[in-house]
Amino acid sequence: MSITVENLSYVYLPDTPMQKQALFDVSVHIDDKEFVGIIGHTGSGKSTLIQHFNGLVKPTSGRVLVDGVDLTQKGVNLRAIRRKVGMVFQYPEHQLFGETVFEDVAFGPKNSGVPDAALEDRVREGLAMVDLDLDVLRERSPFELSGGQKRRVAIAGVLAMKPAILILDEPTAGLDPRGRDEILSQVQSLYQAWDLTVILVTHSMEDIARMAKRLIVMDHGRIALDGTPQDVFSNADKLRSMGLGVPQVTTLIHELHRRGLVQRRDIFTLDEAESEITRVLELKRHGNA
Amino acid sequence: MADALIEFRNVNHIYGKGTQQEWDALIDVSVSIRPGEFVAVLGHNGSGKSTLAKHANALLLPSSGCVLVDGMDTRDEETVWDIRQRVGMVFQNPDNQLVATTVEEDVAFGPENLGVPSPEIRRRVDEALLAVDMLEYRLHSPHQLSGGQKQRVAIAGMIAMRPKCIVLDEPTAMLDPVGRQEVMQTVRRLNEEENITVLHITHYMDEAIFADRILVMESGRIALEGTPAQVFSQVDTLYKLQLDVPQMTALAHRLNKRGFSLPADTLTVDELVNQLCQ
Amino acid sequence: MAMLRNITIGQYVPGDSWIHRLDPRTKILATMALIALLFLVQSFPGYGFAALYVLAAVYVSKLPPRYVIRGLRPLLVIIILTLTLHIFMTDGRVLWQWGFISITWEGLVRGAMMGTRLVLLVLGTSILTLTTSPIHLTDGIESLLKPGKPIGIPAHELAMMMTIALRFIPTLLEETEKIMKAQMARGADFESGNLLQRAKNLIPLLVPLFISAFRRADDLAVAMEARGYRGGEGRTKFRELQFAVRDGACLAGVTVFTVVVSVLF
Repeated sequence: MSITVENLSYVYLPDTPMQKQALFDVSVHIDDKEFVGIIGHTGSGKSTLIQHFNGLVKPTSGRVLVDGVDLTQKGVNLRAIRRKVGMVFQYPEHQLFGETVFEDVAFGPKNSGVPDAALEDRVREGLAMVDLDLDVLRERSPFELSGGQKRRVAIAGVLAMKPAILILDEPTAGLDPRGRDEILSQVQSLYQAWDLTVILVTHSMEDIARMAKRLIVMDHGRIALDGTPQDVFSNADKLRSMGLGVPQVTTLIHELHRRGLVQRRDIFTLDEAESEITRVLELKRHGNA
Repeated sequence: MADALIEFRNVNHIYGKGTQQEWDALIDVSVSIRPGEFVAVLGHNGSGKSTLAKHANALLLPSSGCVLVDGMDTRDEETVWDIRQRVGMVFQNPDNQLVATTVEEDVAFGPENLGVPSPEIRRRVDEALLAVDMLEYRLHSPHQLSGGQKQRVAIAGMIAMRPKCIVLDEPTAMLDPVGRQEVMQTVRRLNEEENITVLHITHYMDEAIFADRILVMESGRIALEGTPAQVFSQVDTLYKLQLDVPQMTALAHRLNKRGFSLPADTLTVDELVNQLCQ
Repeated sequence: MAMLRNITIGQYVPGDSWIHRLDPRTKILATMALIALLFLVQSFPGYGFAALYVLAAVYVSKLPPRYVIRGLRPLLVIIILTLTLHIFMTDGRVLWQWGFISITWEGLVRGAMMGTRLVLLVLGTSILTLTTSPIHLTDGIESLLKPGKPIGIPAHELAMMMTIALRFIPTLLEETEKIMKAQMARGADFESGNLLQRAKNLIPLLVPLFISAFRRADDLAVAMEARGYRGGEGRTKFRELQFAVRDGACLAGVTVFTVVVSVLF
């Protein structure tokens, strides 16, 4: 399922003293089954942009099309759209309310009209995708769980709706390294298992470089860069001027390139750096011998 | 050790003693923090690092063992307020620790509690806001600030109490990279220029690189202790504790395994570049 | 959600008029004098003088009159209700009758009086909140209540409560909006259904909101304790309130005016 945004502008609190334009004439197309990373610092407009993707925010001008349906048109069934476009907010555990894990995870699918008989399977599947077991947690209160588990239950609540597009707004914020790695690998396997379109908003260059095939960089309400991680991270200076920076590995490779040790500049993961440096060091060693 | 500012002596802390959920959060922890030191405490959630932090200013008391702050025992009710003046604490959630409706009012909250006379409070508030570079925001309301700015205001609130030590309990966990940088720069400056002792709890490895000393907590115990170079060079141990290591250390470690001899205590990009280009 | 954004608490309009610069205690006392006056006088000339008092205050405060009048809007229903009740329910000389409904002269008079009283009351108090920042208002209330401490009035605690409430209202409004959006993304519907259904639909909003408020309260309590808070005892104030000459003059004027008008009318 694809998303197309055409000339989207959004003004926050128009005609008040707090008026602020959050998005300026943004146009972007996200294809079916893409894995897109959106980066940008707080206030760059990235959260506002993604909230247009399921009609939670209405454009001041411009159009948003989800699977060909224009969300700005009158009479559009937004609940049907939200069924297809799953959105995991920042700190999603803050939205938990159910007395039991089952009740909470079933909330979304129930609202989208899944019959009671099928709910059980939906809940089980949603929880399984975040490595939780319905049989263990069914009657547990979500509030008794650990921080990382709470977050996974909240994510399961969105997954149980079986969306075709999954949007995650900083799903790892505030987690420790262990929790962060768990969630990211779950997102990765979801992407593969469910044939989803995934849009991941994050601050971590290292994480996004590993996972996404395409990066969109937001700055001051506009799309500043859009391309493969290679393309985007080759603009190290521009990224730094936006207060974003590049993965440390890229900084290292650029410096090694400047010093003439490596020829490539388009490296941003540890694995690639390891093999490239190994290659050139081996060459050097043999050359000297 | 006589010269310790904060000393933990065989500290045990048990949550929910006598209940079903009884849980040993700290087990026989002994460590001392010297004046002027910058100590980073690493460990994942539930390792006991926050519990340790809350012992430093008597928000929690040891189940057995003792904590001495500037020679005062935290269990002594008489000295609690002196201890809290000497050891300030900044918490994780920037929204939940500012009390007042304007920045300067909030910074004044601590000195007001200490009974500092009004004209002196004014001086301290301005000084503290200057120290965290937030003076121009003094009339703003906290909810108009970014996360990093709120944390700096919280730090100013401590500075205004003229503490000897600031304990920061994961102050950057909820911030974006810009906010994290703001907070870390502020803390490092206070440590270097004002000689304020810092106990910094975090799970970001890159924030620990600049510390004088690192404590790694695991299941309520101190699992590793030493300079950043000493601690991070034990890459396999850290991985076993499910902690990260700085990316450059990880890379050096991998290259070492492939038979290139690089120092195990590589921490920064510059260090690795220099070693590779030798 | 637009509704949430329109709530403005305190509605303080910054300025530097003579009234803005008065000590908050003076303004609170002057407002109380007005309230006393409104309940003491029983005739139209008396209300006339009270109206004059309010109008003078508006003029001196340099507030845009429409701002002040806007303060009446939320209370319009109550004012009209009072007026109607008095007009129709008072016995006396019947002016007009239709079935069992009748309008009496006495009813008209009393209705008009009660209406005027309410309008002036609201206008007077809104001048107080429009010209005094919430912080000053809190300081003023605390200072005025302090003498009541021996008889158990928790002056400091009340002031602290007000401060914290004011500090956290914007945060909680923001949070409400965020949770609403998160639940709407999960297909929640806050806008349709009958009253019972709507109330039920609010559970996914209210439960997380309460939990978050309790968590915040808990965090805040620990943070306050860590910053050496132990109640009002031995505490100093960042800003000391200071009576100026204009405060004395104002209070003297208001007292004389109130006493004279209430005795004469």
